[in-house]
Amino acid sequence: MENPVLTVDAFSAFFGDHQVLKDVNLSVPKNVVAALMGPSGCGKTTLIRCVNRMHELLPDTKVAGRMFLNEKDIYTMEPIVLRRKVGMVFQKPNPFPTMSIYDNVIAGYKLNGIGLSREDFNNIVEQSLRSAALWDEVKDFLHRKGTFLSGGQQQRLCIARALAMNPEILLLDEPTSALDPKSTSQIEELFVELKKNVTMLLVTHNIGQAARVSDFTAFIYIGELIEYGPTEKMFTVPKDKRTEEYLTGKFG
Amino acid sequence: MKDHVRARLIKNHIFKGMVMLFAFISLLPLLLILYYITKNGISVINWDFLTQLPRPIGEAGGGVFNAIMGTIMLIVLSCVLSVPFGIAAGIYLAENKEGRLSSLVRLCVVVLQGTPSIVIGIIAYAWIVVPLRTFSALSGGIALCIMMLPVIIKTTEETLKLIPYHLKEASLALGVPYYKTILKVILPSGLSGILTGILLSVARITGETAPLLFTAFGNQFMNWNIFKPVDSLPYRIFYYAMSPYPEWHTFAWGASFVLVVLTLAFNLIARGVSIKWKIQF
Repeated sequence: MENPVLTVDAFSAFFGDHQVLKDVNLSVPKNVVAALMGPSGCGKTTLIRCVNRMHELLPDTKVAGRMFLNEKDIYTMEPIVLRRKVGMVFQKPNPFPTMSIYDNVIAGYKLNGIGLSREDFNNIVEQSLRSAALWDEVKDFLHRKGTFLSGGQQQRLCIARALAMNPEILLLDEPTSALDPKSTSQIEELFVELKKNVTMLLVTHNIGQAARVSDFTAFIYIGELIEYGPTEKMFTVPKDKRTEEYLTGKFG
Repeated sequence: MKDHVRARLIKNHIFKGMVMLFAFISLLPLLLILYYITKNGISVINWDFLTQLPRPIGEAGGGVFNAIMGTIMLIVLSCVLSVPFGIAAGIYLAENKEGRLSSLVRLCVVVLQGTPSIVIGIIAYAWIVVPLRTFSALSGGIALCIMMLPVIIKTTEETLKLIPYHLKEASLALGVPYYKTILKVILPSGLSGILTGILLSVARITGETAPLLFTAFGNQFMNWNIFKPVDSLPYRIFYYAMSPYPEWHTFAWGASFVLVVLTLAFNLIARGVSIKWKIQF
């Protein structure tokens, strides 16, 4: 693959003595959705948390191997600098409850003390909310708190907040698992739209979701990357028996 | 069978009646105290009582202005001292749920909360009054500050613990440094709880007399200097009530009324703050 956005090179992660990821190799090209699927506890969330080094918030973690974001070594960067380049959307929508919708979108700038002109902020807010397909729904009350929005709207607000920072990659940690089916399909459509400009790494425990939105799929099982390749190929002719069993619902 | 049901119903009614009765009885002392203080104190409350200084015995009129201002001064002093320390300690405890220092701090908070206020007064006397060779508002403020600390630390810790972890993650994932995450995301989200804690601890110390006896000491004149003795409402009540003059006794009731109103006000504001500024997650 030429100039992948994210390269994972012989990467392992440990919590204490427990090895959560075993020698994972994977690379994600530009402007695609790459899905990580696998049964609960297989290490898929750990893998994306290692991309923006959020796993370091937990005590007693260590990693081996390397990861590159646009050819820069993630583990030699300052976490603060790295996380400004890597957007993240979490399982539960988590807009800042003390801030208005407007301030939530530019929270990455405001909280980091990055000052821009009023006009620039207005543009960023409008653009990010439009990209997150939320603009039309909230444009009339941008200065109200974000917490009265529905769950799906809150999640799109969080996506807008991540997009506002112009991330080099967007990490999505089961972003629809707390949402109803309608909001879920809205957000899935959004991902397909978004990949024109953004590279996304999507963790999902929903096989259907991986099939619907992703270009590449990785199947992870007990910390091991079993299979990684174009989604179409993997869903039609899986190479590994375990992948096939997982896809046909024999376990997981 | 029918009798059986009826007996149960009767037992039910008796039980309900008993619960109500005891609830009412437990309210009685409070209502009686309020009634008694109002009845005896309201007669001396007027503008002069609130704005004039005490006069020598034999002279009619005068008020407790110095005591009211002294109490406010002591509250401000103790807040200035205890709020930063209390919130910082609360943040530390909420952020470090385990660890030797945390459990030590938690133990100290519990012990401090149970320490009799007179003992805290003696400590402030030994630490501040003796070296400075004078009673002072400062020493009173420090004594009250020590009394406020455990309440503020505990409420800050409990409030911050209730703030969902995913808010902190959201901020950190945006590349916001840890200290800014705490100051700009976590603290504002817990503001109503922390303020409530501060106001409740203020309500608690407003009526404290014992720690002030040998720190702030009391002063029948107006004093704005924190290095000189100041008056306070509880002290003024104590002083008037112990005097042999009936006129001063009514003044003690009047001062009690002011003190109760003040404490009640802090409690009501605390309730208002906790309801009105509550953040919905």
